[in-house]
Order: sequence, then C-alpha cells, then structure tokens
Amino acid sequence: MRKKILLLFVFYFILKPGVSYSLVEIDITRGNLDPLPISVSPFFTDEISKEKIKKNLEIDNLGLEISKVIENNLRKTGLFDTLNNESFLQKPDIAHFKPRFEDWALIKSQVLITGRVTSKIINEKDYIRIEFKLWDVLGAKMVDGFSLTTVPTNWRRVGHKISDKVYERLTGESGYFDTRIIYVAEEGPKTQRVKKLAIMDQDGFNTKYLTLGNELVLTPRFNPTNQMVTYLSYFRNMPRVYLLNIETGKQEVVGDFPGMTFAPRFSPDGKKIIMSLAKDGNSEIWVRNLETNIQEKLTDHPSIDTSPSYSPDGKYITFNSDRSGYQQIYVMRSDGSKVKRISFGKGIYGTPVWSPRGDLIAFTKLHKGKFFIGVMRTDGTGERLLTENFYQEAPSWSPNGRIIIFYRETKTDNKGQGFSAKLWSIDLTGYNERLVLTETDASDPSWSSLLGN
Amino acid sequence: MNLSKILKNAFLVVIFGLIVTACATKKSVKTTTESSTTTKAAETQKADPIEKLDALMQGDVYIGTDTVGELASGVPDRVFFATNETILTTASRETLRKQAAWLRQNSDVTVVVEGHADERGTREYNLALGERRANAAKDYLMTYGVSSDRIKVLSYGKERPVDSGSNPLSWSKNRRSVTVKAN
Repeated sequence: MRKKILLLFVFYFILKPGVSYSLVEIDITRGNLDPLPISVSPFFTDEISKEKIKKNLEIDNLGLEISKVIENNLRKTGLFDTLNNESFLQKPDIAHFKPRFEDWALIKSQVLITGRVTSKIINEKDYIRIEFKLWDVLGAKMVDGFSLTTVPTNWRRVGHKISDKVYERLTGESGYFDTRIIYVAEEGPKTQRVKKLAIMDQDGFNTKYLTLGNELVLTPRFNPTNQMVTYLSYFRNMPRVYLLNIETGKQEVVGDFPGMTFAPRFSPDGKKIIMSLAKDGNSEIWVRNLETNIQEKLTDHPSIDTSPSYSPDGKYITFNSDRSGYQQIYVMRSDGSKVKRISFGKGIYGTPVWSPRGDLIAFTKLHKGKFFIGVMRTDGTGERLLTENFYQEAPSWSPNGRIIIFYRETKTDNKGQGFSAKLWSIDLTGYNERLVLTETDASDPSWSSLLGN
Repeated sequence: MNLSKILKNAFLVVIFGLIVTACATKKSVKTTTESSTTTKAAETQKADPIEKLDALMQGDVYIGTDTVGELASGVPDRVFFATNETILTTASRETLRKQAAWLRQNSDVTVVVEGHADERGTREYNLALGERRANAAKDYLMTYGVSSDRIKVLSYGKERPVDSGSNPLSWSKNRRSVTVKAN
C-alpha cells in the first residue's frame, strides 16, 4: 500500500516551445456533441528498454500501455474522439521526433499526443523516463510537453498525469485523472450485504480493500488535503465515525460521543470533521477539531439534521433537515448561526454536497417515486436535475467540479432478485452518463483531490 | 375417447386460466389509478393481488405476520411504521406492552431495539430515522416500566432489510423496530 502512495517522480522537466500557442480550445460548459478528434500515438519504447521493463513489470510494450491509459481517460470525458491507432500512418518514434502533420490531418486528427519511454538506472535502481509532447496538427506546432522519471510501478500514474496535462491545455480547466476514488465494496444478498472499504484509481485500476468485511462500514470520505479518510463503522455494534490513515492502515474513533455518530465529512482545510450525532431519537450536527479535540454542537432542533458539507471557503455548511416536515436542504454559517432553507422545489431533498468551485450544491431528490441527482446554486435558485432513476444518491464531486459520481441501486423483481449497486458518473452538463467499473458492487463513492507529486 | 376428454378439459383449464389472468390484470389497473403511489410502485403491485395487500397493510403500515419473530413465547419481536414516520400504531403499542410485561417478569434480560428504514430514502437520513424509530419503541417500553439501562438502541437505517423486494409491501415490512435479547 505504502509503495503505491509514495510519489516518486524524481525528475520533472517541462518541454515547452518558446511561445505559448493557443491551441484548439474546448468549451466544456455545454454538453459536447462534437468531440474533438485526437490521436494518441503509442509511446515509443526502444528494444533495450522494453527488455528491462519486461523484467520489472512483465509488460511487453509499456509505451503502448501508457498511451492506452491516456486514450481511455480522454475518451471517457466525452470531449474527445480518440482515433483508432490502426489508422495512424506514421511510426511512433518518428512521430515523436517530428510529426508529418499532413499524415495526421489526413485522418482528421486535430491534436496529436506522442511520447517515448526509456529505462534508466539511478543509484543501481531501475527507473523509467517518460517524455510526452502535445502537438497542434492544424497549426503544425508542438504546444506542450514534459518528461518525468519515476519507479516502474508508477507507470499508470504517468499516464494520468499526461492526461491531466492534455485536459488542462485543451479545456482550460484543471484535470481529474491522477486521482482516486474511495467507496464501499458490496457483496452478498440484499438482506445480508457484506461491505468493505475499497480504494481504486479514478479509472477503476489498482483496487485495494481496506477493511475485511467483518463489520458494516459506510460513507467513506477523503480528506481534501491528505490521504486520510473518515467513515462510519459498526465495529462492536457501536456505529461511530472513524478516521483511517490509508498509508499506515491505522484507524481511530473520532471523538467521544454518547450515541451513534454518522455522516462525517472533512472541512476544506482537513482539520475538522463535521458529522451527525443521534441520541434519544434526535440527530444534530456536530463539529470536532482534530487538532484541539474540541467538539461543538452546531444545530439545535428536535428534527433530523444530517448530511453536512462545508463550502470550499469553510465559512458555510449545507445540510439536510426535516424540520419543515420533510427532508429539505439548508445552509448555515459554520458556527451554526443563520440557518436558512434553500430547497423549495417539489419533492424531498437530501445529501447536499458543496462543489469544490463553491458556486453549486449537488443533491439527491425524491419526487413521485423517482430519485434524481441534481445541482442548484447555493441560494437554492437554478435547480437543474441531471439524472433520474429508480434509486440513486450520494453525489460526490470530481476535484475540478465538472463531474459528479454517485451510486445507483436496481429495482428487484417480484421474487426480490436482481439487486445490484453500481457507481455512475455524469457531467455537470447532464451529458456523458457512465457506469464506473468496479470489481464488486459498489456504493458511497468519494473522489480524492489531485494526488500531486 | 378418453384422450379427447382430457384434451377438452385441458382446453377448459387454459380458458379459465386466461379469464382469471384477465380479471387480475383489470383489477391491478384499477389499483394503479386508485393508489397515489408511483408508477414504479404500482407496477410491482400488479404482482400482489389487491385482496392480499389490503389484508397485510393498513395505510402503508404492515399488519401481517410474515417476518415477525418472537422475543419470547407469545411476544412478537417487532413493530412496523408508516413511511417517514415514527408514530406507534395501536397494534404496535399492544406489541410493545406485551414486550414490556415480559421484560418486567424477566428482569435479568437486557435488549437491543434495532431501528430500520426502507430503501426509499438516502442512507444517512435513514440512519437517523432508524434511530428515531428505535427510540420511539424504547420510550414506550420505558413508559411501561422497563428501565432505560436495560434497553440499548441500534439504528441500521436501510442496511438490513428483511424483505429484498422493491415494492410497497416489502418496504412496509422493512420499516420496523425489532427488540432483540442482548444477553
């Protein structure tokens, strides 16, 4: 586990032309019905490097595999039409050195990504060096690129970092590919589900299970500043909020509360956890400072107050409460003052989650027996429903605030068979709804921040 | 001769079957228009004849005996709730009085009251709702003389349904609090 997380990008060079060119830009604020044709040329790997890498990773052609990671990432955004590499006319090594732009224009590619993988030995240890270039085919120019050196096992992350660079350059927004998703892996019949905490790369690879399934675990959430996770565990039949360090595996209960604590979430600075405490039939929202160990009650109402989420500046908290008779969304200051209801549409509203950009709140809505994932502005105006289904909830934002991941459960048949729970993602535009592949059934996803170097 | 008689009877059976099916379909259509429940819910109702549903639910509170276990002989272990509600029905109060009476007679027994919700709500809200339901039952047991230190509450939200169906009847069985012996 530790090895996976330790980031070993030892060298990082930016390859840039002297002048910065404005490449074909993609507007991602609308649904994209005309994806940009892009070619990801297989990264060139020389024969000596291939042999060495094969010894380390048992992969024949690492350059090809890295280009596949990039291609897969870009295609799934819905913004790019990744062209089939069988149509490529130019060989990878020559394309990377100096592309013949006419050949790429001929297959209607507007953008070209090339690269080279070489093996290196530093202090008697094996490393790989990956160089990548981004080319504007119509402008016949290189517009971006970098090279980095890292341990061989880190190769998928290199693909993600390149994808982030390309996405950033072409959309003007920060990427979300070098990230991970923590979720609850589910197995077994609906009445006896076994649940474990699981973590995977954003594209579904490198799945690791963090608990054994001996006790029920729910709602894991990332600390936005580090590799800590907060979640609910039924350890010893005492449902409590826990803190887990995914690098060391160390876990501890959060605070000392006289009842069930649940619905935890970190503050944007990662130093506090907000959660609900249920006691004597009443749920209130509490905050606990992890540095000072001071805990404080924020709401004071005989109704159910739960699912709290901070605004990115930490000044406000949104939550859901049934104080009006039904579950609705409220916003208050982070000290608990100035509570204001913001959802007034038809139906009941829950699980508000503040966008990392600060301008929107994602929510689950139940109306006429259907569940919707939607967004509204932080004052409750501009409600927009993105997707409708039999059952879905628990939206979580990608770190750039462009995509929402959630889980969906199926309706069972007349014999109670056919239950499944899966992760899905959808663009903020309401387009590009996608099943997120997981090894098992899955629920309660939480998206990490970009991992950094 | 015999064979043709059998065939004829078989034919009649098929015809009869068709009529019954037709009636059932007609009835379920009627249910759909009458009930204020959703189309999805109504779809599943088609599977359960209306007579059966009437006998098993009052409003949307389950009143049947399927899934009901015993805390002790003659003492049902669970009570059921309406959607989003924590109010105890007359039948629920009767069940809880039986539980209280038995617990008063068996003063060494401690219990856990488990609170549950159906799958038609968000996970976190349901955890809170389950806790509220378990406490509604606990409070009633206390009113009838069981001391609070003998009763623990544990909410499972929607995590432990007893019926895996996705229809109003299944959901009504899952909206429950169950009193379980803890020692």
